[in-house]
Amino acid sequence: MTADASRGAQAPPELVQLLTPEGERVEHPDYDIDLTPEEVRGLYRDLVMIRRVDLEAVALQRQGELGIWASLLGQEAAQIGSGRALTEADMAFPTYREHGVAWCRGVDPLNLLGLFRGVNHGGWDPAEHNFHLYTIVIGSQTLHAVGYAMGIQRDGAVGEDGAATIVYFGDGATSQGDVNESFIWASVFNAPVVFFCQNNQWAISEPLEKQSRIPLYRRASGFGFPGIRVDGNDVFACLAVTRQALKNAREGQGPTLIEAFTYRMGAHTTSDDPTRYRVQDELEAWKLKDPIERVRAYLFKNQLADQAFFDKIDAEADELGRDVRRRCLEMPDPEPLEIFDHVYTEPHRLMDEERARFAAYLAGFESEESSR
Amino acid sequence: MTTLTLAKALNEGMRKAMEDDSKVLVMGEDVGKLGGVFRVTDGLQKDFGEDRVIDTPLAESGIIGTAIGLALRGYRPVCEIQFDGFVFPAADQIITQLAKMPLRSLGAIRLPVVVRIPCGGGIGAVEHHSESPEAYFTHTAGLRVVACSNPADAYTMIQQAIRCDDPVVFFEPKRRYWDKAEVDTSLGGGDWPAFDEARVVRPGADITLLAYGPMVKTCLEAATAAEEDGRSVEVVDLRSLNPLDMPAVAESVRRTGRCVVVHEAPVFSGYGAELAARITEECFYSLEAPVLRVGGPSTPYPPSRLEEHYLPDLDRVLDAVDRSFAF
Repeated sequence: MTADASRGAQAPPELVQLLTPEGERVEHPDYDIDLTPEEVRGLYRDLVMIRRVDLEAVALQRQGELGIWASLLGQEAAQIGSGRALTEADMAFPTYREHGVAWCRGVDPLNLLGLFRGVNHGGWDPAEHNFHLYTIVIGSQTLHAVGYAMGIQRDGAVGEDGAATIVYFGDGATSQGDVNESFIWASVFNAPVVFFCQNNQWAISEPLEKQSRIPLYRRASGFGFPGIRVDGNDVFACLAVTRQALKNAREGQGPTLIEAFTYRMGAHTTSDDPTRYRVQDELEAWKLKDPIERVRAYLFKNQLADQAFFDKIDAEADELGRDVRRRCLEMPDPEPLEIFDHVYTEPHRLMDEERARFAAYLAGFESEESSR
Repeated sequence: MTTLTLAKALNEGMRKAMEDDSKVLVMGEDVGKLGGVFRVTDGLQKDFGEDRVIDTPLAESGIIGTAIGLALRGYRPVCEIQFDGFVFPAADQIITQLAKMPLRSLGAIRLPVVVRIPCGGGIGAVEHHSESPEAYFTHTAGLRVVACSNPADAYTMIQQAIRCDDPVVFFEPKRRYWDKAEVDTSLGGGDWPAFDEARVVRPGADITLLAYGPMVKTCLEAATAAEEDGRSVEVVDLRSLNPLDMPAVAESVRRTGRCVVVHEAPVFSGYGAELAARITEECFYSLEAPVLRVGGPSTPYPPSRLEEHYLPDLDRVLDAVDRSFAF
C-alpha cells in the first residue's frame, strides 16, 4: 500500500466507534446507544434506501436526465445516523450532498433531483420538513444555521423540549471564512447548534492535508467548544454522538463540532474523475469499512434479521429507484416566464416590465406560427 | 413636526419599528453600548436589550449570514455595515444567499433583512470609508436598493425597508448625517410616499438633474445657483435605485428635454449608465442633448486631501448643465 493509499484508511485512536466494520458492537466510555432490533432494522432500511436513490440518480445523470449529481456513496451512515438523531423541532442545514439527511427529514427524494435536473434551484419548503434548501456555495449555510439557532434562543425554545440546529459541511469547507466565522458566533452567543463535518477525505481533488495540519475536530478547542471525531461509517456511533451534541445544545451547553470520519467512495460529482488524483487501493481499503455492510453483518450475526428481511428491503429499494426514475422523467420543464417568478416577494416594477416584454416577444413567435 | 438630524431620524425610525414589531432586531459592530460609530443606533440597546440590539463579532459575512438565519426563524434583522468599504466581506452572503434564497425556495422563504450602509465621501476619512458601492447591489437581482437623502425620508424609508418582505440594501449618506430638517413623526405609514417612488424635490422646466443620497443636496444647491443664470432646473431624488421609478424619470426628462445624472461613484459602469441608457431608449425624441453624467473618476477613492477634487460639487454639476445646453 502506498503512503497515499494508507492516508485516512487507518482508524485514528480518538475515533468514537460503537460498531466495527465487521459488525461487532464495541463499548465506548462516553457514548452508548440502546437500540431496539426494530430501530436497527429501521436504520438499515434507511441506509439501503438512500443508497438506492443515489445509485438511480447517478444512472439518470449518465443517461442525460440530470445535468449533474453529487453522490453520497460511502457517507450514508454519517447522514442517516445524524439525521435520525434530530427531533421534529430541530432544524437541519445541508450542503448539496445530504440526500440521507433529507430522507430522514421526510423530503421526497424526487424533490432533490430538481436542481440537478435543472428545473429549479431547490424544490421544497424548508419549514415543512425543518430541512433547509441545499446550499451550493461551500460553507455559507453554517452562518444561516447559527443565526437560526440565535432565533431559537430568542424564541425561548430552549431546554429539554426545545430545538437545536445542525449544519452539515465537508472537510474542504473548514477552510472557508464563513465556517470559521460561524464557529466564532456560535461560541460567543452559545448558540444551540451542532456543526456536523463529514470529513470524506477529499475536496474534489484536494486531500485533507491541503485544508488542515491538525485533525479537524480539534479546531473546535480554539473556538472554545468541544470537538469529537466519530467513525462516520458507523451509523450507531453517528447517532449516539449527534444525539448527545443536540441534547447539549438544547440544554444550553452551546455548540459542538462533530467530525464524521468517512470516505467519499464515488466521484465528487458525476462531472469528476477521481482516477486522476487518487489510487484505487485507497478506495478498496475503505470498501472494507462500508457503512451498510457492517449493519447487515450485525443484524445477521445477532439473528435480528433473516434473509427474507434483506430481500424485502432490497425489493423496496428497487421499487423506490424505479419510482424516482419514473417521476424524474415526468418532471416538467418550467415555463419560460417562470424566470421572473419569486425573484422578489413584493411587487417589483422591473420584474413586471421585463416579464411583460418577454411575454410579448414569445407571443410574437406564436402569431408567426399561426399565420403560416 | 420635530427637528431631527438625518442620523437621529434613522434612529427614531428604527425605534418606532422596534416598538411596532417585536421581531425587529438591530445587529452590527458597535451598535449596542456605543450606539454605532455614527450614533445611528444610539440608545436602542439600552431600551430594547442585548437580545434585540446585538453587538456582533467583527465579521461582516457573519453579520449577514446570521441575519439570514434569524430571518428564516421569523425575525426581521436590521444589519449595520459600519462603513461602505467594509461591505465586501459580506458581499458573498448578500449576493449568493440573501438575494437568491427566496427564489431558490420558489417563494417559500421570505428574507426581510435590511443592510444599512453609510456611504459616500466628504468626511475626511481614510481609505475604505468613503465609497459608493451601490451599483454592485443594483446589479444583483433579488435585492432592493434605496438611498435616503434627507431626515424626513430617512425616518419613513428605514421603516418601510424594515416592513418590506424583500431584502433591502439601505444607503445612508454619511456626510449628511448631521443635516437637520423638520420631520413629521405623527404620520402613519399610509401617508408616506411609496417606498419605490422617486420624488421631484425641486420643480424646473429646462433641465432635469437625477440624483440620490448625498448628491441630492448638491444638486439642489446647483439648481439654486443656476436660477441666477436664468435656468430653471428640476431635481429628482430617485430614492429607490432598484426598482427604479422610470415613469417619474421619463416624465421629467420628456418635459425638460435635458438630463444630467449625478452620483459620487465612478461614472464608468456606474448607476448613471443605466439611467442614461434607459432615458435614451424611452425619451429619445424628447432629448435636446445626450444624457450627461457627473461622478467620480474611474479611480479608487483618493486620499482625503484630494476628495474635494474627486467628489462632484456645485461647479461640476453646473459645468455639466452648461455642456448640456451647449448641444
